Amino acid sequence: MTELIVHAVDVEKRFGRLEVLKGVSLDVAKRETICIIGPSGSGKTTFIRCVNHLEKIDGGRIEVNGQLIGYRERNGKLVEDGERSIAKQRTQIGMVFQRFNLFPHKTALENVVEAPVHVLGVPKQQAADEAQELLRRVGLLGKRDTYPGKLSGGQQQRVAIARALAMKPALMLFDEPTSALDPEVIGEVLEVMEELAHEGMTMIVVTHEMGFARVAADRVVMMDDGRIIEEGTPEQLFDAPEHARTKQFLSKIL
Amino acid sequence: MLAAFDWHILWDRIFRPDSAFASALFATIYIAVISQVLGVILGLLAALMRMSRLRVLQLLSGLYVWVFRGTPVIVQIFFVYLGVNLLFGVTLIPNSLNLGAFTLGGAAFAGILALGFNEGAYMREIIRAGIDSVDKGQLEAARSLGMRHGLAMRRIVLPQAARVIVPPLGNEFNNMLKTTSLLFFIGVMELWGNAEIGYSETFKPVEYFAAVALWYLLLTTIWTVIQSWIERRLAVSERDDSEVTLGERLRSAFSPAYRGRA
Repeated sequence: MTELIVHAVDVEKRFGRLEVLKGVSLDVAKRETICIIGPSGSGKTTFIRCVNHLEKIDGGRIEVNGQLIGYRERNGKLVEDGERSIAKQRTQIGMVFQRFNLFPHKTALENVVEAPVHVLGVPKQQAADEAQELLRRVGLLGKRDTYPGKLSGGQQQRVAIARALAMKPALMLFDEPTSALDPEVIGEVLEVMEELAHEGMTMIVVTHEMGFARVAADRVVMMDDGRIIEEGTPEQLFDAPEHARTKQFLSKIL
Repeated sequence: MLAAFDWHILWDRIFRPDSAFASALFATIYIAVISQVLGVILGLLAALMRMSRLRVLQLLSGLYVWVFRGTPVIVQIFFVYLGVNLLFGVTLIPNSLNLGAFTLGGAAFAGILALGFNEGAYMREIIRAGIDSVDKGQLEAARSLGMRHGLAMRRIVLPQAARVIVPPLGNEFNNMLKTTSLLFFIGVMELWGNAEIGYSETFKPVEYFAAVALWYLLLTTIWTVIQSWIERRLAVSERDDSEVTLGERLRSAFSPAYRGRA
C-alpha cells in the first residue's frame, strides 16, 4: 500500500449557518498531484485551508503524514490543539496563495530565508544558500535582491512557491495560484508547478487551469456545493464525465 | 512700540543661554523623549490587548483609553504627582530617583509617567490602525510557514505597520515636545518654567516669551526634519530606488499634514 500523505474523512465546515463543506473525504498518496476543480463557492479553497488549519473544521478529521491536524484526541473527542503544535504541523505543509502574500518589506531572497531561519532555526548562511538554489529553480536568481513591489505577478508567485518549498514540506497546497495573474504570465507559474509535480512533490492544487490538470494531475476531483461529486484521472473526468453537474461545469469553462 | 522691546534680553536668551537654561532645555528634551517612548510601549501593549481574544484584556485596554483620552492631561499630571501615593498607600512616586550619574526629581518622574500614560492612550489607536492596515494575507502567509502569532507579529506585521504608524507618531512627538511645558505646574524646571521665572524676575514678558517660543520652534523644526528623513528611509526600503535629495527632504519637511490637538 502506498504511503498516505493526506487522509481527510468527512470534513465539515460551517461559516455561521452556511454549510461550506458537507463531508469531504480525500486521500492523497505520496508523490501524487491532485487538482480540485469546481464552481466558485463549491468549497475547494475552504477545504485546502482546512488541511493546514487556517480554517477550523466543524466535523470529521484531517491527517497529514499520519498526524491529526489542528486537533488532538482526548477521550474519543477532538480538542483543538495549542498554537505551538499547530504551528509545528504547518511547517511540513507549504501553501501558495492566490494573491501571493509575499512579505513586501523583504527582498525575494529574504522572503525565502525568513521561515527556515526564524521557525526552523537553520543557520543563516545555509538558509541563504538553499534559498538561492530555490530561486534558481524557479528562474529568479537574478531577482534575489528585488522587493516584491518591483516583481511582476508571475515572478511574485514563483518567489512564493520558492518560499513555501524552503521549509522542505511533505505537502504543497496551491490555492488558485494563477487566478490573480495576467494571462501572459500564467504559463511561467504553471511550468514551475508542473516541474514540481514531475519531481514527485505531493500537491493539492485548486485551479481552473484544465490544461495544467491534464498534464500534471494524477487525479482530478470535482467539487460542488460542499461535496466531492466525482473524481478520477484527468482523462476520465475531462473526456467522459459521469455526473451531469461535472459535464455542465466543464462545458462552461472548456 | 518696539522701542520698549529689549533686544538685548532676546539675544542673550537665544545665543548666550546660562546653565539654568541649558538644564531646562535638557529637561524638556529628555522628558519628551522618555514620555514618548513610554507612550509607544504602552500604546503597543494596549493595542495588542485590544486585539487579544481575552475579553478581560480587551476591557482593560478600553478602560485605559477611555479614562486617559477623556480627562485633561493637566489633571492627570497633578493626579499622578500628588494623588497616586495617597491612593495606593505606598510610595510609587519617590521624592527623587537616583539613576547612577543622574538624579531624576520626583516631579519629573511623575510628569513622565503622566505624559507617557496619556500618550499611550493616543498611541493605541495609531498602532491599531497601523496593524489593521496590513493585509490579512500577510498573517496567513506567516502562519502557513509555521510562525506563531508573536513571531508573525514581530517579523511580518509590525514592520509593515510601522510605515503607517511613523507619520502620526512623529506628529505625536511634536505635540509631546510642547506638552512638556505643563510639567512646570508641578515644579519641573523645563523650558517654559525657565522662561516664566525669568519673566517674573524682570517683568519683561515679550522678550522672555518670544525667546522661549523661538526655542520650542527650533526643537519642533529640527524634529520635523528628522521625522521626514525617517519617513523617507522607511519608504525607500520598500521602493528600492534612489536617494532622496536634501531639497526634497526639506520641502516635504515643511508640508506635513498636522493633526491639531488641544
